[in-house]
Amino acid sequence: MSASTPFALLANATSIPWDEVPEWTGDEFVLATAAELARGARLCAWYGAPEQAGTRLVAVLAFDADNTLAVGRSVPLKGSYPALTATHPEAHLFEREVWEQHGLMPEGHPWLKPVRRTNGDAPAAGEFFRVEGSEVHEVAVGPVHAGIIEPGHFRFQCAGEEVVHLEIALGYQHRGVEEALAGGPRRATMSQMETVAGDSSIAHATAYATIMEALAGTEAPLRAQWLRAVALELERLANHTGDMGALANDVAFLPTSAACGKIRGDFLNLTAAICGNRFGRGLVRPGGCRHDVEPERAKRVMEGLAKALEDVEEALGWFWNAASVRERFENVGTVHAEQAAEIGMVGLAARACGLVRDVRYDHPAGWHRFAQIPVAVWPSGDVFARARVRALEIKRSGDYLREQVVTAPEGKMREVSAEPGMEMLAVALVEGWRGEVCHAAITDTAGRFRRYKIIDPSFRNWSGLALAMRGTAVSDFPICNKSFNLSYCGFDL
Amino acid sequence: MAYPNEAAPVLPDRHGGALRLDASKCVEGCADCVAVCPTEAITRPAGKRAALDLGRCVFCAACVEVCPSGAITQTGNHRMAARRREDLVLGEAGREEARLAKALDAKMRKLLGRALRLRQVSAGGCGACEADTNVLGTIGWDLSRFGIQFVASPRHADGLLITGPVSAAMELALRKTYEAVPAPKIVIAVGACAIAGGPYVGHPEVKGGAGEVVPVDLYVPGCPPHPLTILDGLLRLLDRLE
Repeated sequence: MSASTPFALLANATSIPWDEVPEWTGDEFVLATAAELARGARLCAWYGAPEQAGTRLVAVLAFDADNTLAVGRSVPLKGSYPALTATHPEAHLFEREVWEQHGLMPEGHPWLKPVRRTNGDAPAAGEFFRVEGSEVHEVAVGPVHAGIIEPGHFRFQCAGEEVVHLEIALGYQHRGVEEALAGGPRRATMSQMETVAGDSSIAHATAYATIMEALAGTEAPLRAQWLRAVALELERLANHTGDMGALANDVAFLPTSAACGKIRGDFLNLTAAICGNRFGRGLVRPGGCRHDVEPERAKRVMEGLAKALEDVEEALGWFWNAASVRERFENVGTVHAEQAAEIGMVGLAARACGLVRDVRYDHPAGWHRFAQIPVAVWPSGDVFARARVRALEIKRSGDYLREQVVTAPEGKMREVSAEPGMEMLAVALVEGWRGEVCHAAITDTAGRFRRYKIIDPSFRNWSGLALAMRGTAVSDFPICNKSFNLSYCGFDL
Repeated sequence: MAYPNEAAPVLPDRHGGALRLDASKCVEGCADCVAVCPTEAITRPAGKRAALDLGRCVFCAACVEVCPSGAITQTGNHRMAARRREDLVLGEAGREEARLAKALDAKMRKLLGRALRLRQVSAGGCGACEADTNVLGTIGWDLSRFGIQFVASPRHADGLLITGPVSAAMELALRKTYEAVPAPKIVIAVGACAIAGGPYVGHPEVKGGAGEVVPVDLYVPGCPPHPLTILDGLLRLLDRLE
């Protein structure tokens, strides 16, 4: 970002007065945003904020190399505006969502269709793209799947074994999270944040708590920031370990599958040792954390951690040393770096395409300002790369925890949380185990939420899975799907 | 794991287990717990006793923290699955704790024999109840030693295990799945969402739990329930626990 930008700059986990966010007409706003994206900004969020006179478009951009975020907005709009997607496909889902939520039509959007189909129809009830031909057949899967997982619908167009096109219809999990936040926060808000995506409770709870602190112009005590960072890595370890087991299971490599299923639970139990809940619920609150880690408890957690890390390293060793496993993962479900950048992928799936994107490193907030983790990247974009990045991150998260637990800052765990400021915009990015969790809040004249936007990394990455399946055998869908392991409810909200 | 032949694994000390409400200890006119409960699990109408619905509870223990008289306490007990919805409501004299689930009747147990096959349906579940149900199948818990197994088709199942508050978009799929299970069939609702809507109670986008769509035979409280709580409920239903 060598040139200056007309957007308002802010750091991750901070806020600015809403009226200091520069505004443009609809046409000019799209051009201004496109110009920033063209010179290297990344689109974190593009959403509508309804007002009396119409809906304002809001853009949150990330200048990753400069550790800086930028925000801009349009004047209140009605009817339509020229689609940003026409020049920048990473906006495609955002603009469909704006259209679905606020009725603002992005003119020139190449494929405008509902994101979650919240109008009462089942998500699979609509039209699907169809490939014609005598060898072509269609495979429909879901919403209820064979395993113990969340619901969604997949429609494959296949030529023989090969998938020509996969269309993913979600929305079955829609619980009205964002709708309920308007006018909030409310008593249930914290629990809803912890269940936006149930396996990412710490990431979403931390983003929410950070938003509340930024809106109030405060910070949680350093010790609480430290504990949030520790809990975030435990969450990553548990999920990555579980995913490695699931990948092993899908290629019938049962020793690693069986071991990782158990070790995943060992990591969850470490989180439970800190706060009582295996998913970290009840730990993170605006103003800090609800539980402290006294020396005896820290010792217990460290002992459990050392054992679990040793076990997972051994279980992954069996797996990497098996040529049959490597052969099943290599060159399967490939997403190229250019594609990943073009559709705005985030997190481990993006890093597995060679993109260096990690909020902990690019936009450090909280404890990550003082202690960082090297970014794990692998270039090949296939199932192998997504497994490899997970394995690297298990190692690095483990090393990080070993270092950090012994260097914990002293002090309080929680301050009384101050009231959110009036008419402010706050942005919080957190690198959850899947990738970038983005929360953005705008407050009204009473300090209540005028608009609260949540973007789970799954929202950015489901399109990546669809691309990965092109030219891939339909029988490889399970390993491709597991290699992404995206959240349905995080997408559906 | 030697359980259930030997003692159950100990819950993490901060888990707290099932809550207990001794409403006779409530301070006159106090409703501090009502105000902090995220899921409206606690009520205290003017002049009446406080009531705590473990089915709605997410076990955040905010009520325990604010209670000035020690009326609400944590028992550390993992057992809290119940057969009837009302058995999870605490507060009346003699009903300070959950009334634990009784086994299925002898005829149903005979029909099931030594096997229980379940189809899982997530209907707005966040993934946590699903994960801690899934974990029962791993080598530590080894659910299959009890003859309990999750199957891919409702046609092969004896019943459903439901998670989530039942999102509007999943209602039809849930009904169809239920209808596809051959009778007689059982339904198990796991987690605060599936029992009563959980943190989403009152949202127009969801139902208030599985019971609004299909008849429920077992309620397993928690957000999510600890795997041990789920296992206890399943074994209780099959009369495998003393």
